[in-house]
Amino acid sequence: MTAQTAAASLADRRLAKVSSRDVNVFYGEKHALKHVDLDIRANEVTALIGPSGCGKSTYLRCINRMNDLIENCQVTGSLSLDGDDVYDKKVDVVQLRARVGMVFQKPNPFPKSIYDNVAYGPRIHGMARDQAELDEVVMSSLERAGLLAEVKDRLEEPGTGLSGGQQQRLCIARAIAVSPEVILMDEPCSALDPIATAKVEELIDELRENFTIVIVTHSMQQAARVSQRTAFFHLGELVEVGDTEQIFTNPQHPLTQGYITGRFG
Amino acid sequence: MAENSSLVRSTPAAMAARLKRRYAAETRFRLAGITAIALALGFLATLIFTIFSNGLTAFVQTSVKVEVAFDPEVLGIGNDRSPDALAGANYGQVIKESLYKQFPTVEGRSERRELVGLVSSGADITLRKMLAANPALIGTTQSVWLIAGDDIDMAMKGHISRTPGADGNRLTDRQLGWIGDLERQGAIRKGFNTTLFTTGDSREPELAGLWGAVVGSFFSLSITLIVCFPLGVATAVYLEEFAPKNKWTDIIEVNINNLAAVPSVVFGLLGLAIFLNFFGMPRSAPLVGGLVLALISLPTIIIAGRAALKAVPPSIREAALGLGASKQQMVTDHVLPLAMPGILTGTILGMAHALGETAPLLMIGMVAFIVDIPASPMDPAAVLPVQVYLWADSPERAFVERTSAAIMVLLFFLGMMNLAAILLRKKFERRW
Ligand SMILES: Nc1ncnc2c1ncn2[C@@H]1O[C@H](COP(=O)(O)OP(=O)(O)O)[C@@H](O)[C@H]1O
Ligand SMILES: [Mg+2]
Repeated sequence: MTAQTAAASLADRRLAKVSSRDVNVFYGEKHALKHVDLDIRANEVTALIGPSGCGKSTYLRCINRMNDLIENCQVTGSLSLDGDDVYDKKVDVVQLRARVGMVFQKPNPFPKSIYDNVAYGPRIHGMARDQAELDEVVMSSLERAGLLAEVKDRLEEPGTGLSGGQQQRLCIARAIAVSPEVILMDEPCSALDPIATAKVEELIDELRENFTIVIVTHSMQQAARVSQRTAFFHLGELVEVGDTEQIFTNPQHPLTQGYITGRFG
Repeated sequence: MAENSSLVRSTPAAMAARLKRRYAAETRFRLAGITAIALALGFLATLIFTIFSNGLTAFVQTSVKVEVAFDPEVLGIGNDRSPDALAGANYGQVIKESLYKQFPTVEGRSERRELVGLVSSGADITLRKMLAANPALIGTTQSVWLIAGDDIDMAMKGHISRTPGADGNRLTDRQLGWIGDLERQGAIRKGFNTTLFTTGDSREPELAGLWGAVVGSFFSLSITLIVCFPLGVATAVYLEEFAPKNKWTDIIEVNINNLAAVPSVVFGLLGLAIFLNFFGMPRSAPLVGGLVLALISLPTIIIAGRAALKAVPPSIREAALGLGASKQQMVTDHVLPLAMPGILTGTILGMAHALGETAPLLMIGMVAFIVDIPASPMDPAAVLPVQVYLWADSPERAFVERTSAAIMVLLFFLGMMNLAAILLRKKFERRW
């Protein structure tokens, strides 16, 4: 590594919202993520792409420590949020997850009312002092998730009664109601039809203003449409990361090239 | 080449023969299944038919109309009208005198004893209640319907023959004649058997009731529920959601599953040793019965609870944890409410199982003859299945129908509980 690139990397690290160095993940014996150095910049959308099983979800779940739930899953290396080590013993995962929200592949609203779905996070984190404040948080979250117009007359109806796309936007509203700094999205559109997908993509672009977003996607078009930076994973390794434009037009690594031109995947 | 092809492809005739054999085998298989089901249904129908044909008549009771003269002299109370005097009055004598007057031709000690045998030896209670409610009746003559003796009742219901001199007839020819007389006068009738549903056990079948056993079962099951439900749910939640998966929890899991298969009588012995001998709790009490039944139902509830918790999809857990809920918040806010219908269904079925248990309760002395209706779980009591057992053991013909009636009441409660479980399951079927 030349002095120049080392300095650049240091600068990157200071810019980064989430920064990982030499992150390894083991599921028992299986080495699922290998020596990943990746910086995720604030107020940008970073797309993680790569063939199935290459470790995209695994990396994503390292950031909010959802991997803690998996038995015999071990994470090594350093991963920091705003410079603070996420895996430090002093870190409380409850607080971490309030700062790093997550949207899952399959929409998973609680089988409760639309209102309660969004209000749950603020409630458990004590973010609203009274009912009026809670109403305010719920309304603005639904508004920002672009769902308010569709559901404002039926806030008491179950969230599970919405369409798939609406459910996913409800899950996004639920995540942003906690005012996280980072939102992790694991293939958020893979269960949605094209129209719902377009709406969610539009929403992601708007959310970038206030949040740092990391999105795993199987669709290269989607990565190209919504992200500013793209990271390409292969067999547990981070092969290449760069501006989305550059990755798609001028990939440096032959594997990246092969993947984006559809030679494998 | 020709040989070879015959190996690979059989001739149409061989194929047809094989097909025929296959169809025949399938037909036999189906026939066996249908026979088995028919047999099972046949047994069930026989059982139900026997119980109903034996037991339905227990819901009615014969009574005899007697012109009762409330003579203060016969009552032996003189001018005393105090409640104490009324309670201690000689109502039996009043009934006797009234009957003698109604059948003036009856004379001689044995004949008169036969006459008095028309009404139940417990019929005086009716009169005592009448006077307690209205002392002004003293000195008057009233038509009163008195409970008939059990043999009269059996004859009226056709369970024993009314042909004079028939084999095994416990009624004398004279008594049969009097029944005929009463029928002609319209002074004998069958009405709804309220005694069965309002009183406790009795040596006299016509006075024996199920209410004591129903209350005893209710107390026992209440204790069982109070102990079992919180303990079972807490265990299930801990094992399913919090416990680390290691050798110890594996051993615990295996043992819980094994406990569910332990013969219930063993739990009875355990209860005898622990609750009665060690803690010195009262014998025959629903408190102890309930605790023993709790031991029996606990594994069932834990297993049902764990299954219900396991059925809550992981996506709901991830959603809660992803929002920053603690594990405990995840369980109490989301997982447990979603698992609750399943847990409740399992609990109801466990309770239904406990309701039908007999053997372990015999171990802790819940087989005593108890007349009083228990007022608390500490009082000695019978429970429904034990009542069935006790009555089934009694020689009187009238207890046969009451045994069947008790079984019907027990089955009714079991049916209601199972119905509740089914409705609950239907109502809350998978909503995510
Ligand atoms: N809970 C787990 N236990 C064991 N292995 C796992 C687990 N989750 C994922 N893996 C393995 O880790 C690798 C990366 O998985 P994942 O991160 O889900 O891939 P991606 O999201 O890129 O498709 C895969 O080979 C997968 O089989
Ligand atoms: Mg994945």
